Amino acid sequence: MKAKDILHETYSALFANKARTGLTMLGIIIGIGSVIAMISIGNGAKASIQSSIEGLGSNLLTIMPGVVQPGRGIVSSGRGSAQTLKNEDIEVVKEIEGVSLVSPEVSRRFQVVATGSNTNTTIMGVIPEYMPVHNILLENGSFITEANQRSIGRQAVLGATVATDLFPEQDPLGKNIRINKVNFVVTGILSSKGGAGFSGPDDMIFVPLSTMQKILSGVDYLTMMSISVADKNMMNEVKDSINNSLLIKHHVEEADFSIISQEDVLSTLSNIINTFTLFLASIASISLLVGGIGIMNMMLTTVTERTREIGLRKAIGAKRIDINTQFLVEAVMLTFIGGFFGILLGWLISFVVSYLGIIQTQVSLFSVLLAFSVSTVIGIIFGYYPARRASQLNPIDALRYE
Amino acid sequence: MIEVKNITKTYNTGDVSFNALNGVSFSIKDGEFIAIMGPSGSGKSTLMHILGALDSSTSGTYFLDGKDVSTLSDDELADIRRDKIGFVFQSFNLLPRTTVLRNVMLPLIYDGVKDTERERRAKEALFSAGLDETHFHHLSNQLSGGQIQRVAIARALVNNPSLILADEPTGNLDSKTGEIVLGTFQRLNEEEGRTIILITHEQYIAEHADRILFIKDGLLSEDPNGHEKRIINNK
Repeated sequence: MKAKDILHETYSALFANKARTGLTMLGIIIGIGSVIAMISIGNGAKASIQSSIEGLGSNLLTIMPGVVQPGRGIVSSGRGSAQTLKNEDIEVVKEIEGVSLVSPEVSRRFQVVATGSNTNTTIMGVIPEYMPVHNILLENGSFITEANQRSIGRQAVLGATVATDLFPEQDPLGKNIRINKVNFVVTGILSSKGGAGFSGPDDMIFVPLSTMQKILSGVDYLTMMSISVADKNMMNEVKDSINNSLLIKHHVEEADFSIISQEDVLSTLSNIINTFTLFLASIASISLLVGGIGIMNMMLTTVTERTREIGLRKAIGAKRIDINTQFLVEAVMLTFIGGFFGILLGWLISFVVSYLGIIQTQVSLFSVLLAFSVSTVIGIIFGYYPARRASQLNPIDALRYE
Repeated sequence: MIEVKNITKTYNTGDVSFNALNGVSFSIKDGEFIAIMGPSGSGKSTLMHILGALDSSTSGTYFLDGKDVSTLSDDELADIRRDKIGFVFQSFNLLPRTTVLRNVMLPLIYDGVKDTERERRAKEALFSAGLDETHFHHLSNQLSGGQIQRVAIARALVNNPSLILADEPTGNLDSKTGEIVLGTFQRLNEEEGRTIILITHEQYIAEHADRILFIKDGLLSEDPNGHEKRIINNK
């Protein structure tokens, strides 16, 4: 039997019962569509987080007090509670070869009051180096200066979001705000950086580090130290030297601090998102499996219904392999066409998700090829048994079948 | 050309075994029109299945065109059916929602015959079976009973078989249409020299053939005096 004839038979068999064919195909369409959509959403989320993190500066090392639990990522760090990172450590780190800039930081949330407006946000005590280390840009005014830092000055620089929150209708520059009941003058506003994940500078107010430590929170430790490394390829060497120097300085055997490179953060988050994507895709594949069972169900019904036809085909000379091929191709055609429309559906879903601005999704060629091959394989697997059953019918019994 | 020697067929259902054929022997020459007649349960259908290479015998030999069919595998039997045998069934067994032409071409499709050749041979067979060209592109379920059976006869003819096997071909037709179909068989036999075996339980139908073989309780017999052949004129 020629391929063209098999396709002709398949076409007329599938068209003979359009409603049933359509409904069975719908199972595969939904299955493939949701797998494609889920993978594209996962990929989109990964890409967006990657670009945000790279925007924070790719040659950045972060030192945090406390120990990051191995295997549990940065989420479970003892940041905020541990007080092992001190001002003296700044000088130690600065001396290390390869370190270009060091930005010690103390952050804490306080209530902030401007004329009439009121917000609760993160106040960040910083020195001028914060700006180059974190790649941030000024919209207006000036950033915290060395003079502010030395004089324990009451100057504040507002993140873009905070600026509009506190001063919705006027220029904040030169206005007074009260942070934890202390008066500050706004000397600068940052331009919006956008999408920097969960700790973006848009939603922060910056004050001099000395003011933060001595006036606002009254502590002498640091909550974080950001270091920009001169050469990106030296990241690991610099990380090791910082680690060794701080161990000596702290007089400890085991580190009471953690050094995280941008790469660590990226790989941890990528892992989380990959797991999440896999989870979503496996839920979606359950519907694909159900769709496959639908195919098998339909094919078994078809074989029973067409028992006489199979008997006749055998009587006029069809071999087992002819019958087997015919029914297998029918099942594969169902899943293949279903797969095609499923890909369209998945693409449509991810397009809508992107269009609504929820997440910038990416339909990869890989997931499309995967969906096509998976749907074909499903056709073969779930069509195999019905086709085999059809091919093994005895022509005499089949012809007699009522 | 058909040589059947001492064929038996035993069915085993659990502990009980049943002999449907108890040593049947006969031979049929090329171009003969034979009727095999017998009541239901006589072994008539079993014999037809064996002659049609749909089933194999338990013992004995069956030579068709000099080839021993009784020892062949399933797929080899399929080849025999495709190349040497044309079936006409009581219930027609055309593919529904399929054109007349496509139905007739079906055996050629399994034979891998080229498209143009297929169509030519299918049309030739349809003309032979006496169907008007206007019906060639109709769907099989748009035809009358008599027309359907002619399509089925054309399908049996299309692969130019050594043997046409008709199992109660008039069973589902009224007597007038039945006569037309019997007339078609007589014409194919006389004008084209086709070898035809007609299986029936009715004496009247059987009398349209040259020879009648009677089967009863799995044994075959033939009236030595023969019978007067009924000839249909409006062929």
